[in-house]
Amino acid sequence: MGLTLSWLSVIILIPLAGLFLKSLELSPEQFWNILSSRRTLNALRVSFGLAFAAACVNLVMGSIIVWALVRYRFPGRRLFDAIVDVPFALPTAVAGVALTALFAEKGWLGAPLAALGIKVAFTPVGIFVAMIFIGIPFVVRTVQPVLQDLDPEIEEAAGSLGASRWQTIIRVILPSLAPALLTGLALAFARAVGEYGSVIFIAGNLPNVSEIAPLLIVIRLSEFRYADATAIAVVMLVVSFVIIFAVNRLQRWAQSRIPAR
Amino acid sequence: MTMQIVHSGPVTSSDETVRAREALARDNLRTEPKAVRIAIITIAIAFLTIFVVLPLVVVFAHAFSKGIAAYFAALAEPEALAAIRLTLLVAAISVGLNLVFGLVAAWAIAKFDFPGKTFLITLIDLPFSVSPVISGLVFVLLFGAQGYFGGWLRDHDIQILFAVPGIALATTFVTFPFVARALIPLMQEQGTQEEEAAISLGASGLQTFFRVTLPNIKWGVLYGVLLCNARAMGEFGAVSVVSGHIRGETNTMPLLVEILYNEYQFVAAFAIASLLAMLALITLIAKTVLERHLDEGQDASDH
Repeated sequence: MGLTLSWLSVIILIPLAGLFLKSLELSPEQFWNILSSRRTLNALRVSFGLAFAAACVNLVMGSIIVWALVRYRFPGRRLFDAIVDVPFALPTAVAGVALTALFAEKGWLGAPLAALGIKVAFTPVGIFVAMIFIGIPFVVRTVQPVLQDLDPEIEEAAGSLGASRWQTIIRVILPSLAPALLTGLALAFARAVGEYGSVIFIAGNLPNVSEIAPLLIVIRLSEFRYADATAIAVVMLVVSFVIIFAVNRLQRWAQSRIPAR
Repeated sequence: MTMQIVHSGPVTSSDETVRAREALARDNLRTEPKAVRIAIITIAIAFLTIFVVLPLVVVFAHAFSKGIAAYFAALAEPEALAAIRLTLLVAAISVGLNLVFGLVAAWAIAKFDFPGKTFLITLIDLPFSVSPVISGLVFVLLFGAQGYFGGWLRDHDIQILFAVPGIALATTFVTFPFVARALIPLMQEQGTQEEEAAISLGASGLQTFFRVTLPNIKWGVLYGVLLCNARAMGEFGAVSVVSGHIRGETNTMPLLVEILYNEYQFVAAFAIASLLAMLALITLIAKTVLERHLDEGQDASDH
């Protein structure tokens, strides 16, 4: 017990406390000036905006994938089920160079897209693509077990009471999946906001346009502007702390709903 | 099945038709029209192929684009070998540390009740959702030249940042949750009865741990170690911030991928990347096997 707490404090609390102490060295005015500078604001906007858009895509596509994996039988189902975890397991730098090679103008997908006039690599669209890649397992893996455990009798009851299939899905299945869907969305969002490795290769990293917040932190560090790096980091850290805390609460809420069914 | 009954030839008894229709109706309550089913499966497969399978294939295609000889030549470069050695060393250190911690943390959280438990769990989860860059940054703020311990470290001639200890620390921080997270649900489910029985029969605390608790969670431990190791070997953002990118000394494999890629040495970059991709694939296969063991273990304890 004591060992846990001391180890935890050595490896997690002290570094985090260091970060907050450092940010306290800044006056509120300095803090505000750093955050409201055009480049910082744009980097935060790119990271949070695209991460949210990507998480929403993941929510929709993840739900479709979960539905196909759980409800239908098709050749290769087990293989595709395993493949969902690849973005978890593949090192981010590898994902970064691979996605860039794939979507670059001469790449397998980049060339046909370029012919259509769509440029993906080295634009914000590239960041969006990388964030979709990195977030998809979060939605699938949080929703999948819940859909698997869903009692078939509720659906049959809804159907035999005259609900159309669509009504059953919207009114009966969707509410049961809601906590898991929200959790998946939040986890995918949190991961995409902080993502670095798989994004920086494909992003193009143009300040104010395709520069993500984590990259700006790295740039400020390399310029020895520690205060700037710290201020951006604190904002991102607080957001991720709020997200996981919310997720943990969501999980408790979901668990407390189970016995009621 | 029911479809066949309905459509197979002329129906003799109206009773049979009614029963078949009812069965069909029951099935229809839980599924969608065929066109919708095919559309959903197609979308799922297309999405996973474009976003997950193709990037994986691209890595190997580029790695072998100049032939097998060029591939192995790239891997035999001293720089590549140094990166592989460093990656293995760092992974060994951080997996070892987190194995010990994960066991203790999971034990404390699963078997005892204390105030602030949710906060503690949130803290353990934090490295999962914090940007890896921030994980690296905190160590720069602590141990950097202008960091809190920077002066003391310089006076005592201890190098942490831009050296192996810094890389190992950052990696340990990032991979912190894996073992604990794998074990907490498992240990919670098993409760404390077996341990209480062992202790009341005269076993010491350590004996109880090694003879009762550990065998019960061995697959969970392996599972956590597996995921922890995969992340430790592949970590990029955090390590990139603390490493200093000294060639042949503080470059791990993912960092070398970046450097070679930026120098347009694509075959070499993708050759190293292919090793990491293989690590990921092996991890996934081992994970599937372990998950089966974990499920069996759960079934056994249910009966």
